[in-house]
Amino acid sequence: METQADISREIAELRGRGGPQPQLDYPPYRSSVLRHPTKDLVLADPEGVELWAPCFSSRDVAADEADLTIQRAGEPLGERMVVTGRVLDGQGNPVRHQLVEIWQANASGRYWHQRDQHPAPLDPNFVGAGRCLTDENGTYRFQTIKPGPYPWRNHLNAWRPAHIHFSLFGTDFTQRLVTQMYFPNDPLFDLDPIYQSITDPKAREALLASYDHELTTPEYSLGYRWDIVLTGTHRTPLEDQQ
Amino acid sequence: MTYAPGQTVGPFFHLGLPYAGDNELVPPGRPDAVRLHGRVLDGQGNGVPDAVIEIWQADPSGAVPRVGGSIKRDGWTFTGWGRAQTDPDGHYWFSTLEPPSFFAVTVFARGLLDRLFTRAYLPAEQLDAFLGGLPPERRDTLITTREQRGLRFDIRLQGEGETVFLTFPGQAT
Ligand SMILES: [Fe+2]
Repeated sequence: METQADISREIAELRGRGGPQPQLDYPPYRSSVLRHPTKDLVLADPEGVELWAPCFSSRDVAADEADLTIQRAGEPLGERMVVTGRVLDGQGNPVRHQLVEIWQANASGRYWHQRDQHPAPLDPNFVGAGRCLTDENGTYRFQTIKPGPYPWRNHLNAWRPAHIHFSLFGTDFTQRLVTQMYFPNDPLFDLDPIYQSITDPKAREALLASYDHELTTPEYSLGYRWDIVLTGTHRTPLEDQQ
Repeated sequence: MTYAPGQTVGPFFHLGLPYAGDNELVPPGRPDAVRLHGRVLDGQGNGVPDAVIEIWQADPSGAVPRVGGSIKRDGWTFTGWGRAQTDPDGHYWFSTLEPPSFFAVTVFARGLLDRLFTRAYLPAEQLDAFLGGLPPERRDTLITTREQRGLRFDIRLQGEGETVFLTFPGQAT
């Protein structure tokens, strides 16, 4: 099995090679080798249903689903925190009343998932999944705990930087995004082929939350802010009036 | 502005994405329900057991649904959106209604660093402008196969018969 030094060498060779999106063909992430398309994406004009995004409503999402610390009988272990920010389209307009879904490891870096074999403890009081709808300003807000970094089997002694998985919708179908939010100054960034598959450093920064003392609650919780800009919308104002 | 880049859905999405009834846009027993299904295959033709497929579609009259209720389905409202995970063979299925033209499809998987967009067209005599502009062997990857109770749509991520994946104007790659 390759070592971190082997993978780091491959990462270094590919640095700066691509654009602002992750490179789908990125061999340092070994699982991508047989799962990336080899032909160019075909440019299409969005048509019909693609000009719209699915709607979600308060019927779909209960308010308490945004608090990952109250889903079980007791208090989860770890560093309590709020994660909040705005979902914006490429023109800077808020994406209102839209679904945000998250999932994450617990404070020890262990997922509530059968396939996670990391011998770190499960926390009986932390499942690690939540949902909310953005408000009128495009703001989402979750109460959770800070996830731990965790090992994986891409290469010998591979570790993922701490992250929260985010699933987002915009105002049209083409804005659909699944990504990961990271924490500032993680020492594992340079070593991680998933994060480094975005070879443009400025684009990588768009996945970094920032610590915000304004979001903390005294003697209770820390806070991070992460704003998410989706690609532009394709609908004309006339279509919006339909 | 810097768009947020995508990242892989990873191996643990089952924790956050699936929910009861996610792939049943209409109850499977309904007389007009069709099964849209197929396999997600990798570059060696093996099933991808950890993929998520989402569909977004018009109703049979061509109208785009503008109602919530895709997560807590009431069994009556057609919301036009659904999500399915592949099984150990890489197979997925939806119970839904037939749109007039195509299903808009999004593909996520462990090993796939960003989501992919494609279209699953209904078989038709006339090709629309987009399909007509593709070389025939590539075009066929976007056309579902009619079966007795539904439509088959396999998704080949790589290699022979690789599915046509889409990008839209203004999207960074
Ligand atoms: Fe993860």
